[in-house]
Amino acid sequence: MPHLLEVANASKTFGSFTALNNVSITVPKGSIYGLLGPNGAGKTTLIRIINQITYPDTGTVMLDGEQLKPAHIKNIGYLPEERGLYKSMKVGEQALYLAQLKGLSKLEAKKRLNYWFERLDIGNWWDKKIQELSKGMAQKIQFIVTVLHDPKLLIFDEPFSGFDPINANIIKDEILRLRANGATIIFSTHRMESVEELCDDIALIHKSNKILDGKLLDIKRAFKTNTYQVGIKALHSADLQSELEQKFNTAVTNFNSLTANVKLNIKLSAEDNPNDLLTYLTTKGDVTHFVELIPSVSDIFIQNVTHTNA
Amino acid sequence: MNHLSLIIKREYISKVRNKAFIIMTIVSPVIMIGLICVVAYLSQKNNDKVRVISVLDSSGLVKDVFKDTNKLRYEHITGLSLEEAKALVKATSGYGLLHVKQNSSIEALSKNITFYSADPPPASLVNKLERLLKKRLTEINYKTNGLDMQKIQAYKIDVSIYQENFKGKASFKSDNFVKLMFGGAAGYLLFMFIIIYGNMIMRSVIEEKTSRIIEVIISSVKPVELMLGKIIGTSLAGITQFAIWICIGGVLLSVASVVLGLDLAQLQAPQQAILESTAQTQMLDAESQQIVQGILSLPLLNLTIAFVLFFTCGYFLYSSFYAAIGAAVDNETDTQQFIFPVIIPLILAVYIGFFTVIEEPHGTISTVFSFIPLTSPVVMLMRIPFGVPIWQQITSLIILVVAFMFSVWFAAKIYRIGILMYGKKPSYKELVKWLKY
Repeated sequence: MPHLLEVANASKTFGSFTALNNVSITVPKGSIYGLLGPNGAGKTTLIRIINQITYPDTGTVMLDGEQLKPAHIKNIGYLPEERGLYKSMKVGEQALYLAQLKGLSKLEAKKRLNYWFERLDIGNWWDKKIQELSKGMAQKIQFIVTVLHDPKLLIFDEPFSGFDPINANIIKDEILRLRANGATIIFSTHRMESVEELCDDIALIHKSNKILDGKLLDIKRAFKTNTYQVGIKALHSADLQSELEQKFNTAVTNFNSLTANVKLNIKLSAEDNPNDLLTYLTTKGDVTHFVELIPSVSDIFIQNVTHTNA
Repeated sequence: MNHLSLIIKREYISKVRNKAFIIMTIVSPVIMIGLICVVAYLSQKNNDKVRVISVLDSSGLVKDVFKDTNKLRYEHITGLSLEEAKALVKATSGYGLLHVKQNSSIEALSKNITFYSADPPPASLVNKLERLLKKRLTEINYKTNGLDMQKIQAYKIDVSIYQENFKGKASFKSDNFVKLMFGGAAGYLLFMFIIIYGNMIMRSVIEEKTSRIIEVIISSVKPVELMLGKIIGTSLAGITQFAIWICIGGVLLSVASVVLGLDLAQLQAPQQAILESTAQTQMLDAESQQIVQGILSLPLLNLTIAFVLFFTCGYFLYSSFYAAIGAAVDNETDTQQFIFPVIIPLILAVYIGFFTVIEEPHGTISTVFSFIPLTSPVVMLMRIPFGVPIWQQITSLIILVVAFMFSVWFAAKIYRIGILMYGKKPSYKELVKWLKY
């Protein structure tokens, strides 16, 4: 798959502080790319470099095969974490202004705004001032302004903050729809469940360095430990439990079950086949659970961050 | 540059539509004119009071020089002693008592004139009395010493020096006053404009920072464009406001002077005093003719072009500093520390303009400060009516433009970093560091 964005060896220092150290990422076309990292890791600096708000000390950024240049601004839509609109300006005028700054003609901007306002059900806000709107409403406007000029690359920094669950879902669906229509999306967040749900690729940045990146599934595969969560309804549960504990590398686990009286995590070595384990277990009782434990993004995140800290 | 015009338009419209701005635009001239009317009215009221001055003339020589005017009335007291006269004036609450003692000689008499009053009299009144007495006593003195008063008057010579420069162009004493008026007005206007609208630019930058829209905007436009757009948009709003002020002010002033029947010209009394002293013997008509001529003899074309250029460059120079200050801080209370050093050269320029340029428009101090970029707009504008060689004007302007470009570059650097910095007030040291990012 061709790459839409390639950041190569980007470094940025502010005085004696290194905000980014030799970071490279490649964002495939049409993907949702999760940019993860603890607070202060350098995500915002990287995003600002992509937006040409700041410039890297060293390193290059290529967008769609071209060196990043000011004209690319209209190909990028950016929703910063620190949201804001002119408080005393009317919604419609403000959206028009911001759209025109992104290179849309007034007429075109108006047409698209009407479409989006209708789509997100906010048609009658045109003449309201931002200060009259609730935070969530203002966020919706900001979302529309970000995507209005139909950019190739969308960058969302914590897009769901400030939304109630219903509206967060609406926005999530819109993001997925935008990808379906061909946009590439960089998605920076601390909410791991949304990464899990949305992202195809991720990069983990920690202390100014990229410590991990790739396809989400590949990363999960790399981090999986061959551990299976099993539940068995056995006649003699205590006997079975001690037998399994002796035979395998086990750990205590817990899940809801109506029937299972033996619950364990069993870790297999790399060459073991899970089918053998299952066959073996079926001889000991009724197997009610047999699940491979896949590390969550959250686990991977915490594991990597704490590991690098140590 | 399309972005720039969009930004200018937005800044202009948002300023002009702002309620506070509209109120300021309409209310300030009303307040100003109201104030002028009140002052004029009060000073007129004050002058309306008729002062009664009693004259006890024991010599009998000066009695008839005192003629009633609409502000002064003289009452002649006869046949009373000094003490009785004083008591009488006090009882009838007259303003004061002028006592001229009987004396053998005029010289002795002239040294023995006393004015009694409850409070020390105003200098203008004493001057008037002295003038009247001096005239009369001099006449008497001439006469007693055998000089013919009429002859003296007839042979008096009046001198009025005709001024002409080496190129054969005539000038008048009142010219300096005219030049001062023009230069002063231009310099002061610039000063006011910088203070008022520089602050407005600063506040508008801070607003963008606090509303956090800044990051969205600068992902679309260059910070320099945003800054210049802000400066230009706000300045246009400022020019609009000034124009409206002048219109409303002019209309109100003429309406007020007609309706209230106030003689607003009275307010200019101090200036007239200057005129009178410079040209005592000339008719007032000739005087105003000279002023008109003085205005016409000004380098008007030069003045207009220089005004536009120096005003624009000087204003942009300072407003880029204001924009940088706005970007460096989070809220208005933090701005003081940075505004002060910006305003000092401005105030210095105005002082130099009003004190040094008047005395010596082409002296060393005036000349030097009309080249230093931070003071040159004001000082040069004040010097130009007195005639400044073109090469000096051009040199000064070039220095100013270079300084202006440097200040925009400097401000843009601060601006670019500052607008994304939140939370703490930067020190000067940090600002220097920002320049290197």
